Amino acid sequence: MTINGWLQIALYCALLILLTKPFGYYMTRVFEGVPTPLTPVLRPIERGLYRLSGVDETREQHWVAYAVAMLAFTFAGFVTLYGLQRLQAALPFNPRNFDPVSPDLSFNTSVSFVTNTNWQSYVPETTMSYLVQMAGLTVHNFMSAATGIALAIALIRGFARRSADTIGNFWVDLTRCTLYILLPVSIVGTLVFVWLGVPQNLNAYTEVTTQEGAKQLIAQGPVASQELIKMFGTNGGGFFNANSAHPFENPSALTNLLQILLIFSIGAGLTNVFGRMVGNQRQGWAIFAVMGLLFLAGTATTYWAEAAGNPAFAALHVDPTGGNMEGKEVRFGIANSALFTTITTDASCGAVNNMHDSLMPLGGMVPMINIMLGEIVYGGVGSGLYGMLLFVIVAMFVAGLMVGRTPEYLGKKLEAKEVKMAMLGILILPLSMLGFTALAVVVPAGTDAMANAGPHGFSEALYAYVSATGNNGSAFAGLSANVPFWNGTLGLAMFIGRFLMIVPMLAIAGSLVRKKIVPISAGTFPTDGGLFVGLVVGVILITGGLTFLPSLALGPVVEHLAMQAGTLFNTSN
Amino acid sequence: MLQQIRPAIATIVLMTILTGLAYPLAMTGLAQVLFPHQANGSLIVRDGKTLGSELIGQHFTAAKYFHGRPSATTDTDPNDATKTVPAPYNAANSGGSNLGPTSQALVDRVKADAAALAEENPGHAVPVDLVTASASGLDPDISPAAALFQIPRVAKARELAEDRVRQLVAAQTTPRIAGIVGEPHVNVLQLNLALDALGAR
Repeated sequence: MTINGWLQIALYCALLILLTKPFGYYMTRVFEGVPTPLTPVLRPIERGLYRLSGVDETREQHWVAYAVAMLAFTFAGFVTLYGLQRLQAALPFNPRNFDPVSPDLSFNTSVSFVTNTNWQSYVPETTMSYLVQMAGLTVHNFMSAATGIALAIALIRGFARRSADTIGNFWVDLTRCTLYILLPVSIVGTLVFVWLGVPQNLNAYTEVTTQEGAKQLIAQGPVASQELIKMFGTNGGGFFNANSAHPFENPSALTNLLQILLIFSIGAGLTNVFGRMVGNQRQGWAIFAVMGLLFLAGTATTYWAEAAGNPAFAALHVDPTGGNMEGKEVRFGIANSALFTTITTDASCGAVNNMHDSLMPLGGMVPMINIMLGEIVYGGVGSGLYGMLLFVIVAMFVAGLMVGRTPEYLGKKLEAKEVKMAMLGILILPLSMLGFTALAVVVPAGTDAMANAGPHGFSEALYAYVSATGNNGSAFAGLSANVPFWNGTLGLAMFIGRFLMIVPMLAIAGSLVRKKIVPISAGTFPTDGGLFVGLVVGVILITGGLTFLPSLALGPVVEHLAMQAGTLFNTSN
Repeated sequence: MLQQIRPAIATIVLMTILTGLAYPLAMTGLAQVLFPHQANGSLIVRDGKTLGSELIGQHFTAAKYFHGRPSATTDTDPNDATKTVPAPYNAANSGGSNLGPTSQALVDRVKADAAALAEENPGHAVPVDLVTASASGLDPDISPAAALFQIPRVAKARELAEDRVRQLVAAQTTPRIAGIVGEPHVNVLQLNLALDALGAR
């Protein structure tokens, strides 16, 4: 680890903190329907969209109607994306004349992109036409992000409103989020990215003669426009196979810094939106602090593990001070790779600027833990905040048990229904993550896909289901997952991880919104101070620890110990 | 509940037009006008011939050139379409080795590469980026240490003074942005183009 490395991490933290408040201010105005500087331009478009789709923007929805609208929209998106992939050979913008995508891969990809996972079982530059990349994948980069943010706003309304019946209108939240937040930033950001070197064209792949006289075929495409929303919407699905490690997706340390800021910007901003909408910004900063502590712990661990390098190289004349550079890029180095890895898994982004499969055992354990805990550290756009609020409900329940009072949060009494639903939302994730992993390591269809033998092969399978269920989409990419068994089970895991968590969460919102606000009294547990922050961090780590330690012990922990003992494993295929 | 069907279908169609066609196509048009060089892949064109991209690494093996990092990219086997063969710096199929830290294959590869490099510059530890495969397989850069390490070989092959080559490496080294962000690096293709230009003069 170097001083410069820490300086870069500190710079990142400072920029994120500076961004949170103004961005939270702007987003709050958007969702409360207050005019913004962009309103004169966007309002006519917004009205036109409502008219064409038959939405009455003044009518709010009960939580069940909100959930049905969200599910109907997601299903419509799933069907169109599946269709586009199956028909790509007959459609335009296909300069490489790619064949139709296979049914199981189309299913997997469609679920993947509508759930904001962006798991990719395929190599984009050899599989998907430009039309599918734009009209299919880019669209869902926007829509799944807007859906997540809308859901978080609905839950915030559950806390903020009193004795009400409705939690907003899904169509209005979705449309406003897309028009006022996602599109303007994407338009400006795309141009900045192109200026910094990210391609944006519809050209055929370029064939060049290299300096040594060989032929090199360089993939092209409308990269920048997808890159921007891929990060900003914490989607993470790369235009190219190497994702943000590809020099076209992420050409310099500057684009890298912008990308990691984009990943956290909405998640961090939403903590401020939360504070503003419940009437006390300190409540938002307390949540921010919980996230910040977990973020710093993860970053420090990964940075330490990667900077230490691979002890197996020590006897091979290799300079030991360089750290673990297998699967990393020189322009980013160790510090920016460790930072990116932590951020992309704290959020449900899943973009990578280095290959997670080649991380050191403990360096690779951090992203796994981040996703296992539910990606609540700033988190996926929207899903980070609502996931965190589920943990807050459980933490307040624990606090209530300790003092023998009915727990309350922000003046709302938390009763049996809320706590049960929060536990359901939290427990559904490990069921899918661990259940599917157990299946994959005992059936041949599962084990055949692993690229590494021994504990690292187990880690590949565990990481895949953790990533899919957590809607992250990053991978220990040695896994050859483009086969029906993996495409199918991973698709199911993504579905479970998204919707079986969202529905209980919306039920909580619907229940909370009806409640009165209890006035603050001497017995109220303050939820904007250090004790609250400590309690929530504790509940998160204990819940995660109890659930996942055994599986981590079989994968990264065993591998770390084997590595220390000098044990190596043969490649399995 | 059925009243949600029309907005669902209409919204996905409208948003596909807006974010899936209008947005990327408008961005493509704007980018082509404002930044045509970058928008088309930062291609290096000399005398009408495209030599490569400033951002994409190339495979170098000759002693007279600086070498980039190992690349784990592959291509379809020309004899059997179901198999792949190693094809370093295949810019139409990016990717890393995905070998874990306890992989025997990884350690064997590093051992062989490091032994070959140590022979060419005895007494110096081999910079780690010269024996580890990059994440994209297309990394255009090496560390300044990795460039300095190769100077004796390149200078000898070109019959140049080592100091002359060292000056060139220093001139081609990109420092951290504002002294803080990123890592210092040397673009291998640019460095080799500068080397060839030196010989032509």
